[in-house]
Amino acid sequence: MRIDRRIFFKTAGLIGVSLAVAKSFGAAVPESNEIEFRGMLYDSTRCIGCRACEKACAKAHGLPEPQDELKAGVLRKTSETQRSVINNYETSKGEVFVKNQCMHCNEPACAAACLTEAMCKTKEGPVIWREDKCMGCRYCMVSCPFDVPKFEYHSANPKIQKCDMCYDRVVKGEIPVCAETCGDAIIFGTRRELIAEARKRIAENPNDYFDQIYGEDVAGGTGWLYLSPVPLEELGLNTRLQNTSYPALTKGFLYSVPSVDVLLPPLLLGIYAATKDKQTKDDENE
Amino acid sequence: MNNSVYPMVNEDKRKFSWKFLFSELKPKGEWLTPFNIISIPVMLLGLILIVIRFSEGLGAITNLTQEVPWGLWIGFDVVTGVAFAGGAYVVTFMVYILNMKKYHPIVRVTVLNGFLAYAFYTGALLLDLGRPWNVINPMIGNNFGTSSVLFLVAWHFFLYMLAELIEFSPAIAEWLGSRRAHKILSGMTVGAVIFGITLSSLHQSGLGALYLMAKEKIHPLWYSEFIPVLFLVSSIFAGLSMVIFEGTISHKVFFNQISKKNHQAQNGIIHGLSKICAVTMFAYLFLQFLVFIHGKNWNVINTPMGYWFLLEMIGFVFIPMILFFYSYRTVNIFTVRLAAILTMIGIVLNRLNVTVIGFRWDAAIRYVPSWMEIVVTLAVIFTEIWIFRWVINRMPVLSESPAWANEEK
Repeated sequence: MRIDRRIFFKTAGLIGVSLAVAKSFGAAVPESNEIEFRGMLYDSTRCIGCRACEKACAKAHGLPEPQDELKAGVLRKTSETQRSVINNYETSKGEVFVKNQCMHCNEPACAAACLTEAMCKTKEGPVIWREDKCMGCRYCMVSCPFDVPKFEYHSANPKIQKCDMCYDRVVKGEIPVCAETCGDAIIFGTRRELIAEARKRIAENPNDYFDQIYGEDVAGGTGWLYLSPVPLEELGLNTRLQNTSYPALTKGFLYSVPSVDVLLPPLLLGIYAATKDKQTKDDENE
Repeated sequence: MNNSVYPMVNEDKRKFSWKFLFSELKPKGEWLTPFNIISIPVMLLGLILIVIRFSEGLGAITNLTQEVPWGLWIGFDVVTGVAFAGGAYVVTFMVYILNMKKYHPIVRVTVLNGFLAYAFYTGALLLDLGRPWNVINPMIGNNFGTSSVLFLVAWHFFLYMLAELIEFSPAIAEWLGSRRAHKILSGMTVGAVIFGITLSSLHQSGLGALYLMAKEKIHPLWYSEFIPVLFLVSSIFAGLSMVIFEGTISHKVFFNQISKKNHQAQNGIIHGLSKICAVTMFAYLFLQFLVFIHGKNWNVINTPMGYWFLLEMIGFVFIPMILFFYSYRTVNIFTVRLAAILTMIGIVLNRLNVTVIGFRWDAAIRYVPSWMEIVVTLAVIFTEIWIFRWVINRMPVLSESPAWANEEK
């Protein structure tokens, strides 16, 4: 094929224009998606275990004030009456307190599991539960790698209880109650800023921190980020979990569904037609 | 509109009327049979427990925990029950799609069994839902959670029940004696069958796919990305074993309903099915073996859970497979029945191992179903058998269709 000058300029011009257009489209994306995922940074080296966050959380969500004692070695779990708990771990660097609540995954398994989208990842970042949609199947609980959603087994009108990162406050531009109550162990911000802040803390005081941010990669990244003075397992943080998204595990199956739904019926119809023909011939031969 | 559209008068000039329906609702036959004596108290007790469950919450009668939110009602009633109902799609595939006339006598009873299994075991799902009044949400779009495996399973269940109802409906039309409806409904059978097989293949595998996200929660011997395929393949021989088992019982209990010709055909049918079971079980075992090697699971085989896995695979898949092979070489009906029962135990074990026993096998407090969960499960099964018996005694399922229905063809 011969390319003369005119065609060359035409093509070059077209490519140039399309590149420029594509670039301007690309540039427009961040502007329209101005809202970034918010998250929380929890620095366990700064937490003093006062449990003010627990109490504030209970009060803000109409749950009973936690009464149980905090003891090292006794694991407290979140429950249908407690969305957030502090635990005390005896570690190689002494006593360390760790908060536990919903991790607000970037790609939450619970939301992917939910057949009514009662669990959903909001564009602001919090993963919330919506009462009017939920049918109480508890598939979110089966799927959540952190075992976060809790179900009110002793209610005739049961709800799912879990931390919602004070979504009602976040949309109003306020910060979650635990971050507001806490001295400086919990901070609220965009996930990107928080990761930068966490990296900065590790870099500035490498002796005080274990060099990993729990939540940066685990389960495909989570909204809650943890800093720890000791290896993460010592704080009961689950390190067996995969570092890629959980919903991705069902992707292959979900993608195969439309193909099977579309391709199998014609195949069956074909077999049906083929065997039917054979049958008529057989009958004729008899 | 006159009567010619839905003629209410049938061959015997029996007037279709509410009177007829009421008379059919009345029980037929003896009351004090051993089955009734056992099942009635269980069903009544189950009913009381269900009332408690709805007034006090699930925790009042189940042992479910925050870590193990799905117990016996899902693991056995739904997941295992649906596997056993797989016979319907396999048999309709053989009879209507592959045109194997030989298996025609068992088609109706198998479809009826499948339909009732779906209706009851997924009906039992409503007991397990915390907020059952919202069960309609994924159907009406509040909201369509299309990224959810459960969403697909729910829709495929629902549509499949419709397909099975259509497949079975000619029998209802024959019972009511409405010829016009019979003609229309019979014409829809092949379409419903094609639709039904497609839906089945997806929700049988979908039940396995439900557990894909519980990656770290299920024992590695039972978790793999191939659960959906394993569930689908095993549903074939699970369903057929159920057909063999149910056929054996039906031929005793409903002896006088079955024509002589079909009685004689029964053994040939059972032998044919045992061949299919043997071959699919071989494929299944091979697949399990590949998954086992692929998962590098040698290190867990020498543990209590490993022995449990070997028991399932050897005792309840390999041995019944050999028995199936052996039985069609030696034409031994007893061996087929034994193999079918062993296979069914194996399926119960497999489904429970994935959903209950191997789920959170490492938890400090294990979930063990309460006696009340077991009673409710039994009550559901007994109710299903009652309905099954009611239908068999009235509609032409095992018995021959009325003459007019055959003339149409």
